[in-house]
Amino acid sequence: MNNHRTTHHTQEIRGRRLGISYAAPMGLWLTLFFLVPLGIIILYSFLKKGLYGGVVWEWTFSAYRQMINPNFLRVFLRTLWISVLATAITIVLALPCGYAMARSKNQVFWLALVIIPFWTNSLIRIYAWIAILSSEGFINEALRALGIIQESLPLIYNQGAVITVLIYMYIPFAILPLFTTIDKFDFQLLEAARDVGATKAVSILKVLLPNIKSGIITAIIFTFIPIFGAYTVPLLVGGKDSYMIGNIIVDQVTKTRNWPLASAFSLIITLVSTLGVIWMMVSTAKERARLKTPKGMVDTSEALV
Amino acid sequence: MKGFDVTVKDVSRVYGDFKALDNVSIDIKKGEFFSLLGPSGCGKTTLLRIIAGFDSPDVGSVLLGGKDILPLPPEKRQVNTVFQSYALFPHLSVYENVAFPLRLKKLTHKEIDTKVRDYLHLVQLDAHMAKKPSMLSGGQKQRVAIARALINEPSVLLLDEPLSALDAKLRQNLLVELDHLHDQVGITFIYVTHDQSEALSVSDRIAVMNQGKVLQIGSPYEIYESPATDFVARFIGETNLFTAVVKQCVPFGDYFLTTLDIPELGTEIKVTDYDNLPPGQQVSFTVRPEKIKITGDAPTRVGKDINLFKGIIEEPIYSGFQSKYYVSLEQGTVVKVIQQHANYMDEGPSISWQDEVYVSWSAEDGYIVEVIDS
Repeated sequence: MNNHRTTHHTQEIRGRRLGISYAAPMGLWLTLFFLVPLGIIILYSFLKKGLYGGVVWEWTFSAYRQMINPNFLRVFLRTLWISVLATAITIVLALPCGYAMARSKNQVFWLALVIIPFWTNSLIRIYAWIAILSSEGFINEALRALGIIQESLPLIYNQGAVITVLIYMYIPFAILPLFTTIDKFDFQLLEAARDVGATKAVSILKVLLPNIKSGIITAIIFTFIPIFGAYTVPLLVGGKDSYMIGNIIVDQVTKTRNWPLASAFSLIITLVSTLGVIWMMVSTAKERARLKTPKGMVDTSEALV
Repeated sequence: MKGFDVTVKDVSRVYGDFKALDNVSIDIKKGEFFSLLGPSGCGKTTLLRIIAGFDSPDVGSVLLGGKDILPLPPEKRQVNTVFQSYALFPHLSVYENVAFPLRLKKLTHKEIDTKVRDYLHLVQLDAHMAKKPSMLSGGQKQRVAIARALINEPSVLLLDEPLSALDAKLRQNLLVELDHLHDQVGITFIYVTHDQSEALSVSDRIAVMNQGKVLQIGSPYEIYESPATDFVARFIGETNLFTAVVKQCVPFGDYFLTTLDIPELGTEIKVTDYDNLPPGQQVSFTVRPEKIKITGDAPTRVGKDINLFKGIIEEPIYSGFQSKYYVSLEQGTVVKVIQQHANYMDEGPSISWQDEVYVSWSAEDGYIVEVIDS
């Protein structure tokens, strides 16, 4: 008995050691392409700007001091606003999609429709939107042909266009996690809610949503983070009112050649993303702890009454 | 008596080629404990879902207390369901699960609290109200589901195989509890099950269903003792079922003593029946295994109404309180016989494998199930 336990114990230790070696490729990858670059960015943000780009090896907080500037603050708030609004609309649109897909008999078909756009380069898809929204684009031409308008509507090069295209770009990232969580949801719970007096809307609000919280959080993170760092979309379909942090970073690197400032802004995006991921991990862990019954916690004392 | 009566009239429901319900009519009295009994796929759950409002019939009507409820959505019907899988809300505690129906009604906190505690007490879950459903045993979950379904004080409680996920011992106990609960709340219970012993033990009346049709509606003993069809006879309990031809029918007290020619048995059988059947009429005949006597020696009880056969024990099955024997009769047919062990047996049952035995039963213990039209 004792002997057996020792064997088991050694096996477990060996298993744990092997676990580390299994994780090694992933660890190496992350170190090389995530941690090291992140270290470089942190380092650069505390250095002095070189005259023609690059950095001078001299410690300074000047990058962070430059950030505290009403212009940059405005861009930061605008980025936050666009991201929150675009994410909110994306989730509201993705929820019914995910629900319909989960209840559908042709799940594979709908999944394919969601995934197929990824086969086309994202730049091409943004240019397609230019063709749709521009003053000589499909929408304006169609409305003119129908005689509804004479002058072209200003559909492009503004915040509305940026938000529309951002939603289009990132909605699959919201639909997929929502679909997988709703697919695991027990739809009989909705019947149970209706049975005791809830209307359709109330049963969705009070029973479906709380039970797919982890999927909603994942969808928020998956859309908010890339939107917060967006760069091409505001560049191609945005105007003056839709300049975002991502654009600042590119301009600081390529035009103003202030690499420390660009690094400092990058760190802000990384920080916001990290906070989001932590939120997601904490709430998922909480939910798992809530739904999983620890061994020995099942109360059977009264089971035979 | 509280509760409402439920009238199901000419209800049919078809899914593609599959007739889930085929012209079903049932009258359920108010306050009754009514069971829908049948094998899986017989339509009993479909009927329950139609009454609850989760499905609607292609034709027919469903009345609750005389009022047509088919146009109402499930939340507007005074009918609540206990689901087979319990369907407890995993994100809410036991207390909040039971409070859920009341919270929708915008009652005050105090009203809700008093009522929830009352109902949790009714199902003996006072000690567990802070727990999440995942921390409860199967029996406890079932009782939360019952409390949640009862707290709205419905007129009719629908129970969809509520005990099927529980083990046998617990099922027996919960069944007794359900019966008490029915006496306490006094509303109509409609109980769906495929387990004939569950249905027999608690129901006031049972509807036996198969392939979307109601075959018989009656009290448990009517269904057991006087099955309306071969299917009912076979589905409820165990039985010996034969096809036979009427040979002769003579008055016998209040009944007719009918002599049947059973080709399978290669002999004639006597049975009493209410009807004077014409000779040559084809019928199906049943005799329950526990009504057949089995003895080692030729029985002393002989008469013109006794059926007596000689046979060999092919398979004795001992199960404590009783034994079941498969007896191969001289004519070749095998009949099932059940013998109760009422007395202490020092050396086990006296009848064993390959023993020569006599089986016998009185004409009154057999039953003509169906008159087969040819």
